Amino acid sequence: MEKELIRLENISKSFDGTLVLDELDLVIHENEFVTLLGPSGCGKTTTLRIIGGFETPDTGRVIFDGKDITDLPPNKRQLNTVFQKYALFTHMDIAENIAFGLKIHNKPKSYIDDKIKYALKLVGLEGYEHRKPSSLSGGQQQRIAIARAIVNEPKVLLLDEPLGALDLKLRQEMQYELIRLKNEIGITFIYVTHDQEEALTMSDHIVVMNQGYIQQEGSPEDIYNEPENAFVADFIGDSNIIDAVMVRDELVNILGTEFPCVDKGFGEMKPVDVVIRPEDVELVSPDKGIITGEVTHIIFKGVHYEMEVTALGFEWLVHSTDMFPVGQTVGIWVDPYNIQIMNKPESEDEEAIPLDV
Amino acid sequence: MFKNKKTSAALSAPYTAWMTIFIIVPLLMIFYYGLTDSQGSLTLANITAIGYGVYFKSLLLALWLSFLCTLICFILAYPLALILARVSKNAGQGLIITIFILPMWMNFLLRTYAWLTLLEGNGIINGILSFLHLPTQHMINTPTAIVFGMVYNFLPFMVLPLYNAISRIDTAVFEAARDLGAGRRQTLFRITLPLSVNGIISGVTMVFIPALTTFAISTLLGGSKVLLIGNVIESTFTQVYDWHLGSGLSIVLMIFIIINMIISNISDARQEAEG
Amino acid sequence: MKKTIERGYMVLILIFMYAPIVTMIALSFNASKSRAKWGGFTLQWYGSLFTDGPIMRALVNTLVVAVLSSLIATIIGTVTCIALMGMRTRTRAVIMGITNIPMINADIVTGISLMLLFRVLGLTNGFLPVLIAHITFNIPFVMLSVLPRLKQVEPSVYEAALDLGATPVYAFMKTVLPDIMPAVISGALMAFTMSIDDFIITYFTKGVGFNTLSTLIYSEVKKGIRPEIYALSALIFIAVLTLLFFSDRIPKWTARQKKD
Repeated sequence: MEKELIRLENISKSFDGTLVLDELDLVIHENEFVTLLGPSGCGKTTTLRIIGGFETPDTGRVIFDGKDITDLPPNKRQLNTVFQKYALFTHMDIAENIAFGLKIHNKPKSYIDDKIKYALKLVGLEGYEHRKPSSLSGGQQQRIAIARAIVNEPKVLLLDEPLGALDLKLRQEMQYELIRLKNEIGITFIYVTHDQEEALTMSDHIVVMNQGYIQQEGSPEDIYNEPENAFVADFIGDSNIIDAVMVRDELVNILGTEFPCVDKGFGEMKPVDVVIRPEDVELVSPDKGIITGEVTHIIFKGVHYEMEVTALGFEWLVHSTDMFPVGQTVGIWVDPYNIQIMNKPESEDEEAIPLDV
Repeated sequence: MFKNKKTSAALSAPYTAWMTIFIIVPLLMIFYYGLTDSQGSLTLANITAIGYGVYFKSLLLALWLSFLCTLICFILAYPLALILARVSKNAGQGLIITIFILPMWMNFLLRTYAWLTLLEGNGIINGILSFLHLPTQHMINTPTAIVFGMVYNFLPFMVLPLYNAISRIDTAVFEAARDLGAGRRQTLFRITLPLSVNGIISGVTMVFIPALTTFAISTLLGGSKVLLIGNVIESTFTQVYDWHLGSGLSIVLMIFIIINMIISNISDARQEAEG
Repeated sequence: MKKTIERGYMVLILIFMYAPIVTMIALSFNASKSRAKWGGFTLQWYGSLFTDGPIMRALVNTLVVAVLSSLIATIIGTVTCIALMGMRTRTRAVIMGITNIPMINADIVTGISLMLLFRVLGLTNGFLPVLIAHITFNIPFVMLSVLPRLKQVEPSVYEAALDLGATPVYAFMKTVLPDIMPAVISGALMAFTMSIDDFIITYFTKGVGFNTLSTLIYSEVKKGIRPEIYALSALIFIAVLTLLFFSDRIPKWTARQKKD
């Protein structure tokens, strides 16, 4: 693992009496692509702004490269930000925008000129030096915002939902572009988004946040395959989240029927949440399933069929390449490895909230 | 919407007539009187009169005082507009603007007149000064008092466009400047000021022209001791009844107005080019 | 610390703005006729105000001119804006350019130019020239408020009404007018304020013996303003304050008034 670069200790922040961050601790390592992921209002942008120096935490410290920078103003920090709506300086041309930080730091003209050329090449906009920001498309403006930030050779680049304003196709293009950029310049990226797909595609490390708490952090695979609670499971991808009782190690009672699983150590007769991904619910003939149910909805999604199967009084979301017509009775079978057991949330705050993402 | 040319022409006829009679003709009359003498023959004497004696002195004084007034208004208003732009993000902006606009609903002559009570020799301000054992100030009937009255009357005309311009700037732009290493001062001079330049020009125009052409403020606070070009033009019409000279001097005033107009049009055009 | 300085600065400017108003309201309760000394508290000026002929006449004149001129300006201005929509861009630009002249020009020049016209036409009997002058400088405020709004109106709604069999006038009344009404009202209010507020143009265009409040006050400055006028101004100020309290519209159009 790389060297530790940023450490947030015990950070709390409230606005007008509303607690946005609650005693948050977070460590970010050098050269990582870290994504803060969560619904709007979860505190991800506030966390980013505290790292950037635009907000001061009510409590706690921000440690950067071993030094406490909690009270350091943004202009003294060795990091740069790419803003959500680009925040380009409309009264300057592209070259002046990119040169802004370098001029502030009194770099020689030849150095600045080289840097502008290099940065424009890096973002694929050679020859745009003397255009005005307003004559550029959204995607181009975004690239300039990135160029303007990276010419200052920051140790960390902060990106606040930078792709939010772009259309889908451009957004996907920029995702690969950002990964390429990150590999080329070799610095830490801290990326804020509410788009789970974006997070899964780009990140080395994902921090899932909700209501001011970190819900889970880990690699994209960890987060997707082993969600630690119902919120994460619900927020990342589709899932069936079902109330259940852990009978004993490796056996869980879901809605009255016992399913074999592989989890241990939850205790006996303990209420838990069970997560089963829709692609892990296997539809078989009625006699081969653990339970049986009836198909109630079916939609063709291109790669697979999305079906809803009512069984044990629960609507099971199923993704399958096999088609079962509505009304048909089917058996449901789940591989024990694909049943993810989670502790019930301990407090109200951690309760999964319905999302409209 | 209304593609019918005949209807449009018919509907616009009353105003076109009104505009011609009450805007264009009166202006042409100023030019007619300004460029002729009492015999009706063509002359430039009414305009060149501005180069002599009381006319020249009153124009210079008016230019100087309105320049001072504009400068002071700008210096007072810019920090205020910065504060207002920030504060109004939390408190409703309507309330804040209202507070600065409200005085304008009281007759400006009366408000200016009230300053007499505050400024004059045995007025309230000198009362406070002498109570504090500070030297009292003689202000009434001096150019200083006139500048004071101008600043008082025209300050809102500077504050409002500046406030509009500054509050329209996306705050992320300030943050971006700080992020890229600019300190507060650098952000102000490299970002905020250039981005509010249209507000500055519009504020300057809106303060400078009425200050340059006022005659009421100078009459009230200057007694009859300080003459500005506005006073001279006013008395040329209302006491001397010399329409030709008065019109000639008005044409001179219009030259300054046109210069102002050109400057603000250029800035408008530039703003449009920038989007 | 920074906040304290900022707040202190705002307070200082507010004191500067409001000191004369407070002074004036105080003087309206001053028993002494001289503004230089305090003669004790009295309400007598508020009483004698209503029996004071010149002041009451000036008040009535001010209000009549303001109401009539803003009403007429609103009608002419709105109709003209509608007509402009059907015109070529070039024609429209010329008309708007001329309309802007009274707004850009110094009031003293506008006032003098109208005075020259009225003198030549022999219009010197007080009320009528002042009304015409006020209508003239009010129309631009109405048009600058209505025209931008009218440009935003979706023509398809009007066309749909025609398509469904409405006559042009009926279709206009039912579709376009409700849409532009807020702009018409704010233009009218702005015109009203401008009219009440005007001194310079009224001063040059009024005939002998005709006064609005502004010109009355100006004529009294030399001999000293009578306390009744303070009383009246205090009343007007309180009235405006009350109006503002009940409507949050006014700040919006005031902020716009010089900007547009």
